[in-house]
Amino acid sequence: MSIRIGTNSFEHRVQEGIKNDFMRGAVSSAQGRFRSGRLKAAEELGNWEDWRTLGEEIRNHTMENLDFYLQQLSDQVSKRGGSVFFAETAEEANDYIQNVIKKKNGKKVVKSKSMVTEEIGLNKALEEAGSEVVETDLGEWILQLDEDPPSHIVTPALHKNKEQIRETFAAKKGYDKTDKPEELALFAREQLRKDFLSADIGITGCNFAVAESGAVTLVTNEGNARLVTSLPDTQITVMGMERLVPTWEDLEVLVSLLTRSAVGQKLTSYVTSLTGTRLEGEVDGPEEFHLVIVDNGRSKILGTEFQSALHCIRCAACINACPVYRHVGGHSYGSIYPGPIGAVLTPLLDGYDDHKELPYASTLCAACTEACPVKIPLHEHLIRHRQIIVEKENKAPKAEKLAMKGFAKWGSSPAAYKMSTKMARTALKPWTKDEKIENGPGPMKAWTDARDFPAPSKQSFRSWYKSRRKGDES
Amino acid sequence: MAIQNRESFLNNLAENLGRSRRKEGVERPEWSVSPQWEVYQGYSEDQLVDVLEKQCKVIHTDFRKTDAAGLQDVLKETVDRYQGKSIIAADDSRNQEYSLDSFYQRMEADGVEVHIWDAGKGKENQVFAERADVGITFSDATLAESGTVTLFNSKGNGRSISLLPKTYIAVIPKSTIVPRITQATKHIHEANQQGHEVSSCVSFITGPSNSADIEMNLIVGVHGPIKVTYIVVEDK
Ligand code: SF4
Repeated sequence: MSIRIGTNSFEHRVQEGIKNDFMRGAVSSAQGRFRSGRLKAAEELGNWEDWRTLGEEIRNHTMENLDFYLQQLSDQVSKRGGSVFFAETAEEANDYIQNVIKKKNGKKVVKSKSMVTEEIGLNKALEEAGSEVVETDLGEWILQLDEDPPSHIVTPALHKNKEQIRETFAAKKGYDKTDKPEELALFAREQLRKDFLSADIGITGCNFAVAESGAVTLVTNEGNARLVTSLPDTQITVMGMERLVPTWEDLEVLVSLLTRSAVGQKLTSYVTSLTGTRLEGEVDGPEEFHLVIVDNGRSKILGTEFQSALHCIRCAACINACPVYRHVGGHSYGSIYPGPIGAVLTPLLDGYDDHKELPYASTLCAACTEACPVKIPLHEHLIRHRQIIVEKENKAPKAEKLAMKGFAKWGSSPAAYKMSTKMARTALKPWTKDEKIENGPGPMKAWTDARDFPAPSKQSFRSWYKSRRKGDES
Repeated sequence: MAIQNRESFLNNLAENLGRSRRKEGVERPEWSVSPQWEVYQGYSEDQLVDVLEKQCKVIHTDFRKTDAAGLQDVLKETVDRYQGKSIIAADDSRNQEYSLDSFYQRMEADGVEVHIWDAGKGKENQVFAERADVGITFSDATLAESGTVTLFNSKGNGRSISLLPKTYIAVIPKSTIVPRITQATKHIHEANQQGHEVSSCVSFITGPSNSADIEMNLIVGVHGPIKVTYIVVEDK
């Protein structure tokens, strides 16, 4: 699997998503619970806005000095007995990892959940090279048994109900008990223990590396990442090149933001910081450690107006806040990164050609931006994507192009921008007819003449989508 | 160890950032805010113990409080409650200080199998831990806000002890309690700056393992321990 999932059209995926009642129910109740957890956790802190500011400053500084901190990180890892490989492409990363496994004569690989390995299609590459790969995160294991892609970055099997899971376990693993979640989990524990104990290679992602000392930090609840890094003799950690912090002091700030925003917990059950190989005399931990640092299109985003998209800490708060995600579910995005951040990131990493609908899968209601713990202006990025798509396609009528320019200007002054986003819902009301802006003020006028501009309301994705179906999007 | 492909990779980043490579001289700026230091600022040790106790309810963890003289009994009660027939424990200098040594002898006399981590025995330790009912370690830093015990894993305190057994007991000397993770990571940051080697594994452990992967139902106990008890003990 690479960043793309499925081959169906956007249209088809959205239809599937909207038709799937269980999925929609699960998504909307999950969204509600995640959100209230996050809001409660933020409220408890009292000064959440200060936390967000701090998170943003740390991410900003790190990205501005990414070359320096990656150099420091790699020096430190090397000092602690680890090998470091910088991979510009997915293929380079996969080849390197295949080679390590071949050299170790590794047969069985246990993995803990990692978005970046999904992004680079590592499992497929390893299986083709003859390794047995076992996903050990409960949700990922379920999906692996069922050969299904993830639909949410924190709870990947959100679209499956327990009866389906029971059936999968029965068909693939001979499970013969009930669909009680505890029983299902216990079965997974027993099955996967065998894999942990017999695996020679452990592969993890990385939530945050710490440049000053070379530690990689994994944030989990189940404990599988600890097993993956304690038992096999070889550990390979794959990280997106932006996933690091300067020091331990910064680490804790981002971990606190992540756990609160992702699951509403003060800390998850396990926050584990691992440095290099096991030390002299230690029994647990790898004797060989490899850190693979992946670019895969990220560096193209550096230095552009989209740079802050690299600040993402993959907490999914924007996804859980998004009314469009609620309607269509994760698979509709056709990317392993769904929701608002997926709509921003996917075209950047994989090009506009196959993802040009994504920036429109948003109501521009700004709920994502408000939810983001590191203050990424997600909906502004989406607007910018739309402009670029319009410019690029160059198919749009002349009046529309002019409007986009005016919009850019209008949107660049902060006060006016506020008008266009946060207050848009009320500000635009008089012009809204049937949830669509037909005669917007100022620069929007020409734009809306040529094309219905989706109103920033909860319903507008649907209306946009409906009108798109009618064919006036071509 | 080898570092491969670094120069071209980092040069490319610098180029995209529109400047020359930064190889040294980057200082962390002073951040404009520091909300992390305000949490439970000025709380006394006892107040922090109360915070910890409350948080334990949230994280499905049993909480006990005792003094050095009462520790053995509380430990025994807990092991009994977990129907522990086998214990694996860290090889820690505090075992003697807090008389855990004699506790383990007492348990063995009662027919409980006890294995103290022994680096010399290699993988045997893991094999025992995998089938053990109870794992016991000290906490090196305890975070009141989140209800977290911090372990600096080492050759005497293997990662498996707090991970593989069905249940886990953390003995928490009261003086290890700090407001939150901020204080623990500051300590690590400073130690690192002074040239001390950071432990190969720093484990922040907050209660039992859990998952919400099946229909968002909380399942307590997945890959790691299913039940956890914290015992706060007055310092010797
Ligand atoms: S964009 Fe922000 S809210 Fe969305 S996943 Fe990333 S960090 Fe979280």
